Amino acid sequence: MDIEKFILAAITTNPKKVPCGVAVFHCDDKEEMEKITTNLEAILDGIAHSLTDELYVIVKH
Amino acid sequence: MSEYTYPILFGVVVGTATRIYMLRTDYRQYPTYLHGKIIHVALGFIAAGLGTVAIPSILEEEFTAITFLTLAASQFRDVRNMERNTLNELDNYELVPRGKTYIEGIAIAFESRNYLVIFTSFLCTLGFLLFNILGGIIAAVIAIFISTKLMSGGRLGEIVEVEYFEPRFDGPGLYVDNIYIMNIGLPERQKEVLRYGMGFILKPKNFDARATIANLGQRQAILHDVSNALGVYRDSGTPALVPLAKRDLDDGRVGVFILPQENDIEKAKKIIEKVPTLENAIRMPKEREKKLEER
Repeated sequence: MDIEKFILAAITTNPKKVPCGVAVFHCDDKEEMEKITTNLEAILDGIAHSLTDELYVIVKH
Repeated sequence: MSEYTYPILFGVVVGTATRIYMLRTDYRQYPTYLHGKIIHVALGFIAAGLGTVAIPSILEEEFTAITFLTLAASQFRDVRNMERNTLNELDNYELVPRGKTYIEGIAIAFESRNYLVIFTSFLCTLGFLLFNILGGIIAAVIAIFISTKLMSGGRLGEIVEVEYFEPRFDGPGLYVDNIYIMNIGLPERQKEVLRYGMGFILKPKNFDARATIANLGQRQAILHDVSNALGVYRDSGTPALVPLAKRDLDDGRVGVFILPQENDIEKAKKIIEKVPTLENAIRMPKEREKKLEER
């Protein structure tokens, strides 16, 4: 089955802002957040979208 | 040898030659290789044979023999199926897929070209039998001329103006002129996109063109053709690097974002202008108004 238009993971520096029901990666700072996002993007084969400065989501299109 | 031998031979040869002529291979076409060509030349030969023998059978008053032309119709419908299936299968492995509309257009072209061959052979043999070989040659020239006219469709350059715009970022949003393309989060990716990306705005010349370039299949065809000709900065596992075409809802302009390996603005412009307007994407909403006015 192909997954489409689905949030695979969220990466954030602000734990209050994350959605429920999705894998969340908490980070200490922006640098760490970008590093994890880059890796996850490659691993999950999704696109990293930035919602705010504190929150990235990886979406499968 | 009967009196029909030479006319039939003539018709078959001209018909097959027409098929070979129409099987010109360029960068966007399939088949590119020998085996694909052999299939189509062989089918063209059969088509030429069918078109040719129609005339002698009419002259001999063997009218039932004409019914084999219906056989031709079903035979060549299969050609369309064959092309569609092959291209659909291959499309899954393209970095920038052709899209279903483009594939359907190519498949239709393959089918219709066989009918053009039947038509050509038919006219040639008719010319030969009614007059002489000279009549046959004149008929061949006319038929090939008509076939060439019928087989070449329109180009995008006829209905839109292409203008270059450098892609830019507004926050994470990627824009070409004022058209939003997509959200790219990572600064690293953004740098790559700005380095390799090129943006073009297609401005429709009239209302009909607006509807045509709005078609998703047409837009995919543009992306495929440009990526094919200029290369594409993309691989499996990098879904963020994807050429896209989005529409301005206000005025129907289309923003095309591409990631070519060769950053040549003029070349890319020319390629976009040369993209065929797909038969299945052409819309003519103004045509109805024109007809109503004429009444």
